[in-house]
Amino acid sequence: MGVLLPPFQMFFDEHRDDVYRFVRALVGPADADDVFQETFLSALRSYPSLTDASALRAWVFTIARRKAIDEYRAGARRAVPTEEVPEVVAPQHIDPDEQLWDDVRRLPAKQRAALVHRFVHDLSYQEIGALLDCTAEAARRSVHEGIKKLRATWQT
Amino acid sequence: MADLTRVLAAGSRTVAPAALPARFAVAAAAAGLLDVGYATYDAPFGSLVLGATTTGLVRVAFDPLDAVLLDLSARLSPRLLAAPARLDGVRRELDEYFAGTRSSFEVAIDLTLARTPFQKSVLAAADAIPYGQVRSYSDVTRSTGRPAAVRAVGSALGANPVCIVVPCHRVLRSDGTVSGYAGGPERKEFLLRLEAGSAAQK
Repeated sequence: MGVLLPPFQMFFDEHRDDVYRFVRALVGPADADDVFQETFLSALRSYPSLTDASALRAWVFTIARRKAIDEYRAGARRAVPTEEVPEVVAPQHIDPDEQLWDDVRRLPAKQRAALVHRFVHDLSYQEIGALLDCTAEAARRSVHEGIKKLRATWQT
Repeated sequence: MADLTRVLAAGSRTVAPAALPARFAVAAAAAGLLDVGYATYDAPFGSLVLGATTTGLVRVAFDPLDAVLLDLSARLSPRLLAAPARLDGVRRELDEYFAGTRSSFEVAIDLTLARTPFQKSVLAAADAIPYGQVRSYSDVTRSTGRPAAVRAVGSALGANPVCIVVPCHRVLRSDGTVSGYAGGPERKEFLLRLEAGSAAQK
């Protein structure tokens, strides 16, 4: 007790864009809204029992990462293989930027989260390490591994 | 490499779609997680902040929004969100009240913020003063059965959590002068003039 939490609306307003960017990068535009909502509902549920008001940002990112992984697994279950070959979109209609985000979403979860925190949120490796529960050095390695894999398929 | 990181950094321009906050508040209420919903209301004399629990209207405040939110969060629950739908009923009644067509409020009231039984009895006494009429602090004090407590009555009315809806503005000094009101004496006078004008037409 005795933790002075900001009213949830203030907490929500402060972090909603960052959380949205994060989940959109992790699960893609189609599922971003749902994962965003699940993240904040989960946060709201446990909000009054928080004992530390100083690490709210890291806390909500942790929830978002977990919800994105849940969604990823649910999505994998939904993707039932079919006999029919899906219609292939003509290559000239693929936005190269969106293609890159698709590649990001194929990276291992930790590299994906590290990459988004580094380039979308512009966080230091120290901060990323704190968020992903690893050392700054491990965070730096995750980012570099991710970039290396992206570069292998990325063409301008 | 430079281009690749530039594309990634461009992701930072993404913002949460405008409809998401309202959709979230609706989902939070449906999940039973919205302890306090609030909305602002444009009264003729400026903005009011309205707050409601699942029990009823818990706050009508003249203070700035952030100050009210911090106070409600600390005194009631930090599970507090903008939830205009929850305040629709009282906003409609306030519209009618300020138009002079409503003389009493019907919305459910939650007096949780009135901490003591004494303050609740003082507010009940104020609530019993008919529209368009006024009483003195000593009238109200007598009706609470504790005639020595005029000063305590004054502060109980001053701490009215649901101004206007519980009409503490109908209590005046014995000499009839307008004094002490959470929204300032001008607003108290405005409300009394509004009620006197509408009552005369009825």
